[in-house]
Amino acid sequence: MGIASIENKLLEATVKLIEAAAVWLPDDVENALLKAYEIENIPATKSFLKAMIDNVRIAREKGLPICQDTGVVMFHAAVGDKFPFTALLPSILRKATVEATKRIPLRPNTIDVFTGKNPGDNTGRYMPWIDWDFVEGSDTAEITVLLKGGGSEVIGRAKNLIPAEGLKGVMKYVIEAVYEAGPQPCPPIIVNVGIGPNVSTAMKLAYKGLLRPVGQRHEVPEVAKFEEELLRAINDIGFGAHGMMGKVTALDVHVDYAPRHPATLSVAVVINCWAARKASMRIYPDGRVEYITHPHLNKEVA
Amino acid sequence: MAEYSLRTPLSEGDVRKLDIGDVVYITGIVVTLRDAGHRRALELLARGEKLPVDLKDLVLYHAGPVVKKVDNRWEVVVIGPTTSTRMEVYEYEMIEKTGLKMIIGKGGMGPRTAEACKKYGAVYAVYPGGAAALQASQVKRVVDVYWLDLGVPDAMWVLEVENLGPLTVVIDSKGRNFYDEVYAEARRKIDTEIYPRLGIK
Repeated sequence: MGIASIENKLLEATVKLIEAAAVWLPDDVENALLKAYEIENIPATKSFLKAMIDNVRIAREKGLPICQDTGVVMFHAAVGDKFPFTALLPSILRKATVEATKRIPLRPNTIDVFTGKNPGDNTGRYMPWIDWDFVEGSDTAEITVLLKGGGSEVIGRAKNLIPAEGLKGVMKYVIEAVYEAGPQPCPPIIVNVGIGPNVSTAMKLAYKGLLRPVGQRHEVPEVAKFEEELLRAINDIGFGAHGMMGKVTALDVHVDYAPRHPATLSVAVVINCWAARKASMRIYPDGRVEYITHPHLNKEVA
Repeated sequence: MAEYSLRTPLSEGDVRKLDIGDVVYITGIVVTLRDAGHRRALELLARGEKLPVDLKDLVLYHAGPVVKKVDNRWEVVVIGPTTSTRMEVYEYEMIEKTGLKMIIGKGGMGPRTAEACKKYGAVYAVYPGGAAALQASQVKRVVDVYWLDLGVPDAMWVLEVENLGPLTVVIDSKGRNFYDEVYAEARRKIDTEIYPRLGIK
């Protein structure tokens, strides 16, 4: 296959990836919503959860976006050092964003901060956003697209705590963030926390939580325990779905960390709404694509 | 907790009878405005100009739809509420100056909106955020669109809807704000149960 035809193939595959994210909620999130519906017993809360679950099915069956706020298009690319098409990716991801905006369609959400202009295709300076990770010894690339609505993004925050505040201080900061957010970020939410030497690394680590499936604990036992304690505390706040009150305010809590500096303890919180839309694919060195979060698509491309 | 089907234009009686927790379905005309739309509407009204659509007795919807153009006509692909908190700074004046009777959104609104709802006879109701495919079938047609220069999400979309809902009233015209009560209960639990258990001061 020549470069041009690989480029076209990957462009189509990426449009399909964005479409999958927009219309098909990943199984782990849908299952967590079904479980929440079983757990809750307040009628209003149950009816809100039912509307959300019905909506997920309708969106999937009709090929419609789950939520009208299709976010700004954010990619995460974990690229092997032996992967041959790394240099093609930025242009492919950008073209796929423009095409997906037309085809699905996505809501055009990028507004230039200085001119106030909305180009109508979800691009702009640095947009779509791409975060890069490099994987030693690998010859594949794993591309994830995140469509995250503004209502949950607006809750994101970071702070430098005094080291004396310790992990209890981190916990308090997260609980207060969830409390202040209340029903605004469309609970039940997924809470992603990063802890590190400065707000930049803490925020990057918090965003990494978006890549982790609901229900998967951190590999370090102390962190896993911290996640469980935080999840219980957040659910005890009692907001429930959309603040209708109930036992499930969060579907999960994901924490990651890097060492802190002796003088710092930085914490970041990134919240995802219940409509946690994401899709991942793996690109092989021969240009073949495998969908990871939406395996049903593999039959269509085979 | 009662359930009502209401038709626009809404009367004062329609909204005065609603309590927090009531469920409402709307048939008729709803008009979308977000932050930028509110700002422009209030600028026009301040200059004594008219809005493209007279909002008196109508329903204002905090929403920015996904739309497509088919044969030169707009169609709503999906639609759902945006976070209403951002409009809190504008809403008292909007209710006062336009005579709108109902606001639909998500996430809650503050004391100024509640005050205007009580004074002028209006309510604020929420629809489950994110459930946009479900709601799309309740929009019959796009009647008109204004202010597209603000971009698709922020334009003023005039929509004909049928049984739009279920909408839950969270601010009624009697001064009650359901989410204030939810927040108060959450604060009590954090301070008296959660923080003591975790050893947080």
